[in-house]
Amino acid sequence: MINKSASFIFAALLAVAAPAAAAAPTDPQIAHIAYTAGSLDIAAGKQALARSHNKEVRSFAREMVRDHQAVNDKALALVKKLHVTPEANPTSAGLTKDADATRVRLAKLSGGAFDRAYIQNEVAYHKTVNGALETTLIPNAKNGELKSLLQTGLALFREHQAHAEKIAKDLK
Amino acid sequence: MRLQLVALSAAISSIALLCSGPAVAAPRTYVVVIDKMKFGPVPTDLHKGDAIVWVNRDFLRHSATAGDGSFDADLPAGAKKRTVLTKSGAIPFACRYHPGMHGSLQVR
Repeated sequence: MINKSASFIFAALLAVAAPAAAAAPTDPQIAHIAYTAGSLDIAAGKQALARSHNKEVRSFAREMVRDHQAVNDKALALVKKLHVTPEANPTSAGLTKDADATRVRLAKLSGGAFDRAYIQNEVAYHKTVNGALETTLIPNAKNGELKSLLQTGLALFREHQAHAEKIAKDLK
Repeated sequence: MRLQLVALSAAISSIALLCSGPAVAAPRTYVVVIDKMKFGPVPTDLHKGDAIVWVNRDFLRHSATAGDGSFDADLPAGAKKRTVLTKSGAIPFACRYHPGMHGSLQVR
């Protein structure tokens, strides 16, 4: 199920990650995808804080909520400054649909099963989003400030991925 | 009068003696900037007693936390904090929130 979710996210991001097959994403689309990805991880973190009793998992979830909220606040301020309206697109819609399904699935779990599923999903999610940032979103961003924000985001999300991978090992 | 001259001479000698002792550098304050998920360059000529002002120019919360526990500056976005180097030797430090951000101070 987790692999299925990760595959879905990957497929959704591949839609913008294959310039030969599809037009490169525009800055308004990139901003929308990045903001959506952050919002979805904030929601996942809040779900973990509501369901998990594991100290390490809760600390990670707090980190996700804090950091992704900071990035999204910065992104909102930037698009406002640049007079850019984030543009909804199939990639953002795919990410949201998949995250909704994951949230429903995780809501049926508790204890160690929830912790493992949440953290494994976080590993897969960050891995996929980081890949898309590196190969598609950052190279295609035209505005320098947006590109810089995405680059800082990538450095941050790599930290998140490494942290999630460490916890995943601890939970085994 | 002679007694006064002797006292004055002794005082001058004492001051001269103090001034001719080993030179002790006054503690200095350095700035290390944190931005875009990175610690900026750290000073290379640090001595025990010097201070570092950690300036967080990032929009994310960070910390400058010594591995040996000798300092720990919690730095919300935009904050700056001063820490004094109380120990000599190599002092590794990292951001406690993002451990991939790290560095090391060499303190004499």
